[in-house]
Order: sequence, then structure tokens, then C-alpha cells
Amino acid sequence: MDADAATDDSCHWNLRLYVAGKSPKSMIALANLRALCDTYLVGRCTIDVIDVLEHPEVARADQIIAIPTLVRRLPEPIRKIIGDLSRHQRVLVGLDLEPVGP
Amino acid sequence: MPQAPIPTEALLKAPSGVAGLDEIMDGGLPAGRPTLVCGGAGCGKTLFGLTFLVEGALRHDEPGVLMCFEETEAELASNMASLGYDLPALVAAGRLAIDYVRIERSEIEETGAYDLDGLFVRLDYAIKTVGARRVVLDTLEVLFSGMSDTGALRAELRRLFRWLKDRGMTAVVTAERGEGSLTRHGMEEYVSDCVILLDHRVVEQMATRRVRVVKYRGSAHGTSEYPFLIGSRGITVLPVTSLQLCHDAGEERVTTGVPDLDDMLGGDGYYRGSSVLVSGTSGTGKTTIAAQFADAVCRLGERVLFFAFEESPRQLMRNMGKVGIDLSRWIDDGSLHITALRPTLCGLEMHLARMHEDVESFKPSVVVLDPIYNLKSVGSGSEVHAMLLRLIDFLKSRGITALFTAIDSHGLHELGQEGVSSLMDTWIQVRALEYSGERNRGIFVLKSRGMNHSNQIREFILSDRGIQLRNVYLGLGGVVTGAARIAQEAQETAAEAERLQLLAVKRREVERRQRQLQAQITSLQAELDAQDDELDLFAARQRSAAEVLTRTHAEVAITRNRGRGV
Repeated sequence: MDADAATDDSCHWNLRLYVAGKSPKSMIALANLRALCDTYLVGRCTIDVIDVLEHPEVARADQIIAIPTLVRRLPEPIRKIIGDLSRHQRVLVGLDLEPVGP
Repeated sequence: MPQAPIPTEALLKAPSGVAGLDEIMDGGLPAGRPTLVCGGAGCGKTLFGLTFLVEGALRHDEPGVLMCFEETEAELASNMASLGYDLPALVAAGRLAIDYVRIERSEIEETGAYDLDGLFVRLDYAIKTVGARRVVLDTLEVLFSGMSDTGALRAELRRLFRWLKDRGMTAVVTAERGEGSLTRHGMEEYVSDCVILLDHRVVEQMATRRVRVVKYRGSAHGTSEYPFLIGSRGITVLPVTSLQLCHDAGEERVTTGVPDLDDMLGGDGYYRGSSVLVSGTSGTGKTTIAAQFADAVCRLGERVLFFAFEESPRQLMRNMGKVGIDLSRWIDDGSLHITALRPTLCGLEMHLARMHEDVESFKPSVVVLDPIYNLKSVGSGSEVHAMLLRLIDFLKSRGITALFTAIDSHGLHELGQEGVSSLMDTWIQVRALEYSGERNRGIFVLKSRGMNHSNQIREFILSDRGIQLRNVYLGLGGVVTGAARIAQEAQETAAEAERLQLLAVKRREVERRQRQLQAQITSLQAELDAQDDELDLFAARQRSAAEVLTRTHAEVAITRNRGRGV
């Protein structure tokens, strides 16, 4: 497991969220992701948002099927989770993110 | 194939590209609609889909998109290369787009509501890239293994098919066969316009592939199971009864290679394009009759395809060489091709397909199958019968004369004698005639449609100059054959010689008498001539005597006048 890397405070996170325009699910996911970063990854997290409607070739290259999809590009290894990130516990498990403090 | 007139508003069809399938489907897959192709593992679903795409791109100017969930582009390209399809070239030419969708359960953590817009976007992108008219999704069901929210997934699938229809895509969707249902995940629920079932089953250790059009909304279609196979040229479906018995029936005949046998068939041999059965017990010369026919046809400068199921080409050539039939020179000049196969090499369908392929490529005017009984070892009687029917239909539709040999004692009865008989136009039976301690060969024409054929049983012998038919001798026990026939022949020859001798004697006697008479005539003529001469002489004398007399009288008169007057 990469619990060490994930919990390492100095580790920088790169998250990429694939959305389809301004669809409700995409918007919810983006809001959830921002909240997540503000809670757990303050100051050490960059978020890219890719609109697959504008960049379909990226969807193909990155093997995106479901929208929204969140990919943890850094730290390694790459993790992929789908859905609007509203199930909090699953997001944490999926991103391998240990809850920190109360 | 003649078809009923189709109303103008009828369903448009997209040719499937699978040889033979369009015939069953009355033109092809429903254009602008999705078709479900389901079947178990290894039944050819992917190949079906790819054939549909490639043929569409190459022949029907319909570019296509393949979305594959199981195999990568590279794997597909190498799989299809063995069938002669160059996928990378098509992709490079912009006629085909391939998108491999990788789904790994372990990578997907579901954290809330989602949809498959990613898939839609990719599909849309691919369609736009090549201007696609055809789409293949192979195998969409992989999604079910990757995603646990089946409710959401099903809603998305429904949306996907609606989406494809709205874009007028002719789509092929493949799915795994399920237990007790067409597909494992109930795909038939979404794709309901056309469902094709592929099946790969093993019966008595022989694998056969079959295809069935389960459902086809708004179109007539064949409902039977049709065998198909995956050969070196892709998928071929062989419609069982594509024929409506509409082949031509010409008057043209072709010699049997045995002049006497031609005579038995009304003088000219078999009809062209007819099917001929030569049946008989073992060792009665069926193969020789077939070979002699092949030889005669090659002599006419035509091509013969010989399927040998018992002998290798070399063995066949050697054996036929012994009876004066030189097949090797025809092989050398390319007019004869012998395909020797063990029947058990492959299933019946495969045999049929191979024959189809061989016939299509070799283009013979005569096909020989020696013997058909052996095919029984790979199929039941009814299957062999069905296969023969299809083969004969196929050959007839191309005007090819077919000669089959069969073994009487076992084969025909098991095949159903009537059944085989009804398929054949001409049936020649070769029979061992046992008489006075010998076993000889007799040949007769059991039936021959449209011919005034002989009703005789003729004895035939295999000489070093091929088959020769002997005259018929009737003895006390029927036809006399073999030694008895030779005795009878000798007897007749002796009688004939004696008769000829007598005739010669008589002729000499008459000639002698004629000569005598001639001599008499000559001497009488001479006598007649002598008398004629005598008569002439006498007449001449008379004439001169009369002249002398006249002159004398004149002189006397002159003398008297002188004495009186002067």
C-alpha cells in the first residue's frame, strides 16, 4: 500500500476531473472535489478539469468511460474513481486518502 | 435469386458482408438500426462484427467504427490479417476507426451518480472522424463486469441504443450467450430489431458452427439454423435451401467416357448440369467409371474437380493407370484437380465449405465425389442428405455436372435410398453378378431423367483400355456373364465362322456356273458372227452376178442392133 505516500504531508497531489460540459453530475463532482481538497489536501493539491466534450481525444487516450471520473495522477500509482464523489467514504478509499484529524 | 417486389417504404438493408447471410436476411442487416449478435465463447462474434465493418468500408462505401472492449487494436489487426483484412491500412485510409475501451474492475471505485458520457463522447468522436455509417460494439457486456450499479448501466445502455438509432448508425452489438436466455445480461432487452444467434456445438466430436436469425423486425428472414464456417476467407454462411429449383435444364449432353454407356443413356451420355449417382457394392468399378468420365471430360478440354475420400491422388492415378486411364497428364496440364481428404478431417459443414471454395476457385465443369458414403462417418444420415442437397443445388446453380459414387450394401440404405435417389437425375448401378461360380460386373441404368435409357443389364470389364461393355447374352439363368459369356461368345463365333464358310462355298459354285455360261455365250456369239459373215458373202456374190448379167444383156443388144440396121 502507498499509505505512506498518501499520508505524507509533503507529498503533492495532482487530481484530474473529467466532466462533460456543465452537466449536473459534473458540477456536483467538481464541488465535492473542491471540498475534499479543502478538507484533506490544503495547499498541496492541484486540480485539472477536462471537459471531454471539448477534448474527446483525451477521453480516448485516458480511457475514460464514465462521467464524472476522477483520476489521481500524483502521487503514484494512478487511481481512478467514478461518480459524483458524493459518497464520501468511498472517495477516501478510492483515493487512498486517510482521514486526518477531526 | 428472384425476390418478391419490395415496397418502397420497406426497411432499408445494409449488406452484412458475410457471404451467404444476406440471402437469409433478405438483403442484410436493418440499416440504421442495431443488431444483436450473440453466442458463446469462440463462436465468431468479433469476426462477424469486423467482417461487417471491413466489408462495409471496402465494398459499400460505409466507413465504420469499432469499439472493442476485449481486444486491443493490435490484437485485432493481427487476428484479421490472417483472413486477408488489413485493418491498419483501413484505419490509415480513414475508413475505419478502432477504439479500444479498457475496463478494469479494480480501477473503478464508484463514488456516486455517474453516466457513460465518456463512452458516448468517444463514440461520437470516432464516428465523426471517419464519417461512419456502421458501428460495432464488441462486447458491450464487459461493462457489466466493470460496474456494479447495473441500474444506472441499463439506463445508459438504453440511451446508447437510442442514441445510435438517432444517428442512423447500422450497429452490430455482440453479447455473450447466457444460460437459458439469449444473452447473459439481457442485452436483447435493448436491441430488439434484429437478433442473430451464433452457435458452435460439438456433435459426435465434430464441431459445427450454426447461425440463426432469431428475430428480425419488419423483414422476412430464414428461420432455420444455417451452418457457417470460419475459413481462410472469413465467415461463410451456407443457406440450406437457397435454391428454389430454378436452375436451367439444357439439352446439352456430355459423354460418360464409355461409348457403350453413352448408348445405354440414349446415345449421348449424361445431361450437363445433372447429378449422377454411380452406386454399387465394393470393388465393382465405381471409381473407374468416375475416373473414365473425368478423363473424357478432360479430353474435351474442360476442367474436372475430383474429391477423393478414400484414395490419395497418387494412389488413384496409379490404380487408374492400370486400367488405361492416364489421369496424371490432366493434372499436369491443369485440367484435373484431385482433392483427397479423409472425411474425418473436419465436419460436414467444413467439407461443404471447402468444396464450395474449391469449386469457386477452380471453376470446373464436372465435379466428382468418390464416394459420398464415407461422409457418413462425420454426420448422421439426415445431415449427409442435407449436405448433398445443398451441394447438388450449388453445383446445379452453376451448371456443373456432378458424379457421385456410393456403396450400395451399407451406404444407400442408411442414407435413405429414396432420399438420395430423389436428388439424382441419373442413377447407374454397378452390381456383382454371381453366376456359374464367378463374380462378374454388371451395369445398368436404374433411372435417368429425361432420357430414353436402356433397360438392359450389361456386363462390363475393366481392361487395360478402360471400361468396356460386353454384349448381352441371355442364358437359362438370365444374363450370361464371365466364362459362360465367353463360352457363349465362342459358340457364336464358331457358328458364325461355319456360316461364313458355307457362304463362301456357295459363292464359288455360283461363280463357276456363271463362268461356264459366259463361255457358252461367247462361243454362240462367235457362231452367230460366222453366219453373219457367210450371209454377207452370199449377198455380195449375188450382187456381182446380177451386174455381170446386166452387162452381158446390154452387149448382146448392141451387137444385134449393129447387125440389123447398118
